[in-house]
Amino acid sequence: MTVVAELKDLTKAYGSKMVVNTVNLQIHLGEILALLGPNGSGKSTILKILAFIESPTGGTVEFQGEEVDYKKTEQARLQSTLVFQKTAVFSTSVYNNIAYGLKMRKIPKSEQVEEVKKALKLVKLEGFEKRPAKKLSGGEQQRVAIARALVLKTKLLLLDEPTANLDPRNAEILEDVIETVNRENKVTIVLATHNMFQAEKLPHRIALMNEGKITEIGTPIEVFGKLSKNLASFAAVENTFSGDAQPTSEGTTIVDLGSNVHVEIAEQRQGETAIFVNPQDIILCQEPPHSSARNAFRGKITEITDLGNLVKLKVDVGRVFSVQITKRSYKEMKLTLNSQVCIVFKASSVNVF
Amino acid sequence: MEQNAHHNTETTLETFTIKRTRDLADILGGIIEACRLIATGNPELYGIVSRSLFFSGTSVILAILWGTPLAMLIALREFRGKTILKTFFSTLIGLPTVVLGLILLLVFSKGGPLGFLSLLYTPGAIILGQALLITPILVSIGVSAIESVDPEILNLSKTLGASESQAQVAVLKEALNGIILSDIASFNRAIGELGVVLIIGGNIAGGGNRTDVLTTAISRYTAIGEIDYAVALGILLMIIVFAINIIVVLLRRANYIVELAKTPYFKLKSYRENKA
Repeated sequence: MTVVAELKDLTKAYGSKMVVNTVNLQIHLGEILALLGPNGSGKSTILKILAFIESPTGGTVEFQGEEVDYKKTEQARLQSTLVFQKTAVFSTSVYNNIAYGLKMRKIPKSEQVEEVKKALKLVKLEGFEKRPAKKLSGGEQQRVAIARALVLKTKLLLLDEPTANLDPRNAEILEDVIETVNRENKVTIVLATHNMFQAEKLPHRIALMNEGKITEIGTPIEVFGKLSKNLASFAAVENTFSGDAQPTSEGTTIVDLGSNVHVEIAEQRQGETAIFVNPQDIILCQEPPHSSARNAFRGKITEITDLGNLVKLKVDVGRVFSVQITKRSYKEMKLTLNSQVCIVFKASSVNVF
Repeated sequence: MEQNAHHNTETTLETFTIKRTRDLADILGGIIEACRLIATGNPELYGIVSRSLFFSGTSVILAILWGTPLAMLIALREFRGKTILKTFFSTLIGLPTVVLGLILLLVFSKGGPLGFLSLLYTPGAIILGQALLITPILVSIGVSAIESVDPEILNLSKTLGASESQAQVAVLKEALNGIILSDIASFNRAIGELGVVLIIGGNIAGGGNRTDVLTTAISRYTAIGEIDYAVALGILLMIIVFAINIIVVLLRRANYIVELAKTPYFKLKSYRENKA
């Protein structure tokens, strides 16, 4: 297996704060590797170091078999590109945004035009060349950012939470793009995510991160298989819980998460079980509805994060659940901190490990 | 030359006091006369105007040459005393111009450190003086414009393959609106400036004088009671300031058109596709 890049005993500290702590990691040619972990676990920093725009405090990075000298990264930077979590576009046309890196590489104009066109088609933004990039929606801007990275055909494509701030439609388009370029163009991709769901679906391998360290690494099946045994390292990942499972007479299972929270799941399980609920699969309402959904809990909102079109809420029902709703619903429901709400999800929306 | 002699003979104390106490009719008459002077293209007036434009334009260009790189340095580098330096420049914006004029007079006068350049009472002194005067405006507004650019732009350009200096150019482009604003503000300040020009330019009327500009001329004509000349120059000064602002606004709008014009390939292609 060819190794594109390798981190050896890598550390990074900002002042006295250690954000990456003795990380050893190999990135294989043609794979999608996901760094999964909560915010502040060091994922973004590793990506910046792999993009050669941040230098490590200790340890070494080998890129295409050679140790990288972080004082001279100009050449290496041409072979690795990063798409930031917070979308940044130049205040010019979409065309000029996407062609920026090609211009830096002195690619002939006619080729630039072709490449930009192809990239726009891939991210489903055909004919957007002349539009001012800043006037596009958040999701479209992020797609421009991905296209801008794709045209460069770098050895390494780094994506920092590529879909974190996007609505489901835009997220889906991007996930498709990521899969397509990996499969068809054999692009090696490293992506950072705190979304379990994405980590299970997209990558070939997962590196689980917590507090600057890699705690688990392997295929999704291997890593998630260890989930119940190694919950401590997952605990920080949102909507991941574990508890004692008891089968019911109806063929489902009730998992006791403690604090009087009992979640019903669609599978038969017994004993210690770990579960994950995708924040997008949870419905938020003011009164408990009469519905077919098996899980409904009352609680109050403890945290509100604005994600542009979306709003992410933390709801404490005994255990804290992350819920993602649209900005419009958020406004219509007149939600504030400490609002009393209900969260509802189907037994079949619960992922069991 | 003739007009100049005319002024000198009239500027006795007697006529001066008489002309200071004008009534409304005289003032209106002065304004009408001013309009006539402007409309007929009075050479003395337009000589002063073109000199003003030249001095202020040159001083803005000069100040941009050192002010913009300085603003880039302050905004993009982290160093000790950065806040103090920024405060220093924003304080200097409020520096009374006569004080700067006085300092420059001492520096340029025969015994001063730059006396050997013999710049005093020459256009060079005025251009240099105005350039120094507007540097704090350029630097202060420039720094805040550059600092308000998304901090990721620098890293973004780099990860797309830009070198350090190319990345800085990208940041400067993002800050362009603010930078242009600082350039206009500087030009307005320069052309409307009196204190420095008065002290180091000399404020000597017409003739062989090469340092007479709009503001000094207005002040001098007012003092000697030539209200119509003063009003005419005042109107011209206002027109210049307005015109330059409007031109810049229009140019910024037109920038979009320029962008479109730069991509004739797309037009050609879509035209061909439509035809087919």
